[in-house]
Amino acid sequence: MKRLASHLGNVVVLVVGLGVLFGLPALAETYLIINATIFAAFAILALSLALIWGYAGILCFGQAAFFGLGGYTYAVAAINFGETTSAAALAILLPTIFAALLGYFMFWGRISDVYLGVITLTVSLILYRFVNQTAGEQWNIGDAPLGGFNGIPATPILNWPGRPGDQLAPEDIFSLTVGLLLIAYFACKILLATRFGRIMVAIRENETRAELLGYDVRLYKLAIFMVGGALAALSGLLFANSVFVSPTMFSLPVSGQIIIWVIIGGLGTLIGPLVGCILMQVLTNQLGTLNQVKGFAWVDPNLVLGVLLVVFVLLVPRGLTGLATDAWRRLAGLARRPPPAAAQPVQERTSNP
Amino acid sequence: MFLNRRKLLASTAAGAVAGAAGPFVIRDLHAQDVVKVAGIHDTSGGLDIYGKQMVATMDLAVNEINAAGGVLGRKIQLINYDPQSNIQFYTQYATEAATKEKVAVVHGGITSASREAIRPLLKRFNTLYFYNTLYEGGVCDRNIFCTGSTPAQTVEKLVPYVQKKWGKKIYTIAADYNYGHITAKWVKKYAQDNGGEVVQTDFFPLDVTDFGPTIKKIQAAKPDLVMSALVGAAHISFYRQWAAAGMNKQIPLASTTFGNEVVITSPEEHNGFVVAFGYLEGIDTPANKKFVEIVHGKYGIPHMTELATMTYHGVHLWADAVKKANSLDRMKVIEALEGGAAYDGPAGKTTIDPKTHHTVLDVYIGEAKDKKFVVVEKFLQQTPADTAAVCDLKKNPNENKQYVIDVKT
Amino acid sequence: MDYAIILLLQIGSAIASLVLLSIGLAVIFGMMRVINLAHGEFLMLGGYAAITAYNKGVNLWIAMLVVAPLTVGLFGALVERLVIRHLYGRLIDTMLATWGLSLAMIGFVTVVFGNTVSGISAPLGSLSIGGYRTGRYEIFLIGVAALLLVAGWLVLRYTRLGLIARGTMQNSAMAAALGTNPSAVYAVTFAVGAALTGLAGGLLAPLSGVVPTIGAAYIAKAFITVISGGAAILSGTAIASALLGAINTITTFAFTSVLGEVALLVAAVVLLRLLPQGITGRFFRRAL
Repeated sequence: MKRLASHLGNVVVLVVGLGVLFGLPALAETYLIINATIFAAFAILALSLALIWGYAGILCFGQAAFFGLGGYTYAVAAINFGETTSAAALAILLPTIFAALLGYFMFWGRISDVYLGVITLTVSLILYRFVNQTAGEQWNIGDAPLGGFNGIPATPILNWPGRPGDQLAPEDIFSLTVGLLLIAYFACKILLATRFGRIMVAIRENETRAELLGYDVRLYKLAIFMVGGALAALSGLLFANSVFVSPTMFSLPVSGQIIIWVIIGGLGTLIGPLVGCILMQVLTNQLGTLNQVKGFAWVDPNLVLGVLLVVFVLLVPRGLTGLATDAWRRLAGLARRPPPAAAQPVQERTSNP
Repeated sequence: MFLNRRKLLASTAAGAVAGAAGPFVIRDLHAQDVVKVAGIHDTSGGLDIYGKQMVATMDLAVNEINAAGGVLGRKIQLINYDPQSNIQFYTQYATEAATKEKVAVVHGGITSASREAIRPLLKRFNTLYFYNTLYEGGVCDRNIFCTGSTPAQTVEKLVPYVQKKWGKKIYTIAADYNYGHITAKWVKKYAQDNGGEVVQTDFFPLDVTDFGPTIKKIQAAKPDLVMSALVGAAHISFYRQWAAAGMNKQIPLASTTFGNEVVITSPEEHNGFVVAFGYLEGIDTPANKKFVEIVHGKYGIPHMTELATMTYHGVHLWADAVKKANSLDRMKVIEALEGGAAYDGPAGKTTIDPKTHHTVLDVYIGEAKDKKFVVVEKFLQQTPADTAAVCDLKKNPNENKQYVIDVKT
Repeated sequence: MDYAIILLLQIGSAIASLVLLSIGLAVIFGMMRVINLAHGEFLMLGGYAAITAYNKGVNLWIAMLVVAPLTVGLFGALVERLVIRHLYGRLIDTMLATWGLSLAMIGFVTVVFGNTVSGISAPLGSLSIGGYRTGRYEIFLIGVAALLLVAGWLVLRYTRLGLIARGTMQNSAMAAALGTNPSAVYAVTFAVGAALTGLAGGLLAPLSGVVPTIGAAYIAKAFITVISGGAAILSGTAIASALLGAINTITTFAFTSVLGEVALLVAAVVLLRLLPQGITGRFFRRAL
């Protein structure tokens, strides 16, 4: 029964995903396609944290570091190479190596919990500070000025492999981004279904037990941390193609946003953060036009987001997916038999052993 | 009775249908009726202090134009977007304004980064763009009009003025981004041109709030004056800490960026600061007095800056050009603007320079006194010489980039 | 010579500002193992409280030293009752909820006050040391920071309240078993932490001014100082502040303010790698 439901879920995701991928360009206007591209790029970022926090219990406060590095590596490499295929490859590779180094530094130092959060946060702050002060000419890497606070507005758009100068149209970027999101999603699903994924969850549930069973916890954590870094870098590269790179990619609000998506969507699932990300993007986008409507001038986006986050943590700790599964169970239960009195299993937040 | 009820039902049903279909029908009608104009300004987040007043003056200009009959016999409908001080939303809203709302012109962008985010998009979607903020100069693109002042216009007048007044040795402190770096270079150039020198230049990221060490370093360097190109809310701390150390009585200060800060700092902190802008609230003309009165009163904005006033000029410049071209066609309006379009408003006369799409404007030197600026000198019709050195859209109409102007010192 | 004195004073003032910025956060973290991510906004609120009171005609010193801590302390008590109470033992959830609170506070203050509240100038004037001038107020702040640490130590060491607090810090279950009421202890702790933060916010307002987003400039520094310091409230905060403040100031004097910030952050990362439980997690474990 559960098996079936999970397969059903996969099919639904696949159908919706393919529907968006092929349906939207045919129907929608340009602005919707551009919005959807940005949403999808961010959804990959949400996926990266959903994976490492939700399944490996690593609360990374600095996922923005890999996001930004991916974007910047791409922009700098593409400007210097005059061609984007190898730049894109480098933009994934370099942040992954960086994730490996940072992960080695942390996991071999047995740093965990809130201390890990502080280190990742600090690392992304250092990168933010560094990139933010690169406005002078001494900060040109080859032909590419890093540009400081203003970023690199001249970030090149991806070209077709082997055909430098032949840029992808916005519709192509859209298809690419949504396609990669689908691939990334199912790749994560498969990864979690393997032996590796199961050990990962075992470590999340009880690190000491997993270690006593003979698994090198550090190695597993490092591996999943690198996968998360690579996904965030991919997201940064796609974001660079739909907006452009600037130091805000490394900033605290971006890191925070990702955590909010995961919480609202539901920790411990992959689809939840994805949905959370897209809903929150649509919401903040709408908030920016609300002040046109009379009587809504007092609506401050920060106020709305803040209240929403508090409400979710207090009242809906398992996020939207938790809410949905509860509703589903209740419906299914109603159909079969009355639910037992203590049917609501209180799931303790896993990142807090 | 029965009949009546039936009639009532029928009419409600019809009403409901009309209501449901309403937005579309009415929108189509509107498309004939109104000219849509978009404003993209941050009215929340760190930049709202500027964004809010830019939205206010844009609204004021649109209302005035509508009261005078609109353009081409149609009313202007203003659509405001709030990108929440987030670059990503600039991209999204600019695309929405251009492709969904099909606006005739977009006014907006505060930071250079936000401008560079939407400039290529609006060019791609053939939508005319006005950027009304003072900035570092160098944008060369026929689809954009930059109405704000650039360093060559303000720094060129400010540096000799303060050197004559206070002395030759300058210590520059500037915000650590493009604008600050380029302004610092111009300060250096004009200081040397006038026989002086810049003893040191320090740059500060926009979120620095602790200036203690810097204030001590400035004292060690013993300059005749400090030139500030600090920007944003965090940097206001400098002026407070400068006064707390008693330095505002020791070393005078001049700035190209100290604008709205005059409301937020206290008179003891800022009295005697000298600034240069394309607009100051203290301009003593009937046009400006009326403008300031409306903005203070009706819109509740405590202090007007160049950014908001140039937004007002920008909207009027555009509307006049549409009337002159007698068309909303982008190229026709651009040509009308290039044909010596000028607007005489609260900031004085603003003329479009056809070669650079920047403006020839009046520059005012002011002294801060009790939360206001007193105009102490004005220079009429300053040309955007910095951008003109690198950009000629008459010769190369297809250029599309921002030059980093090489300042020779 | 005078330059050396000025340099030392500057280092002292950097350390003092770190102590002020982080002491309230440290109290809450040390006692409750709760990280309050709205800490920066508590500081901001303290600044607004002081400035609003001052503009309404309250004496500046009363506004800074009484109104600011009282307002934020009360607000803290309210937050504890409405939000934090429901999340004890769930560190991550508390962080997230307080983060939401921080966003909401930024939004709320923006709506209420707008972005153009004028600040207060620093009182006390300035004095000259050799060829240099420095604000008397900065020196006053060094004194306040030192006083806070000493007073905190006296309270923890010699009062009944301090005894309960120390007991709760060491083993809260045992303290509860011996008859303290943990819920009341936590409520008082949170309110005291908030009040200290409000005091710091009020005291720093004349030097930094107030805007709704000012908290963002403080939170990372405070967070890093407290975590680097470890669990001991006073000695942890003092040692971490001294170390990070000195590194920051010296690098700023020698190079630029950016490098100063980066040096501080790098030092914190290295420190945490070497001492994952913070300084007092390894050394001075019995300290307060």
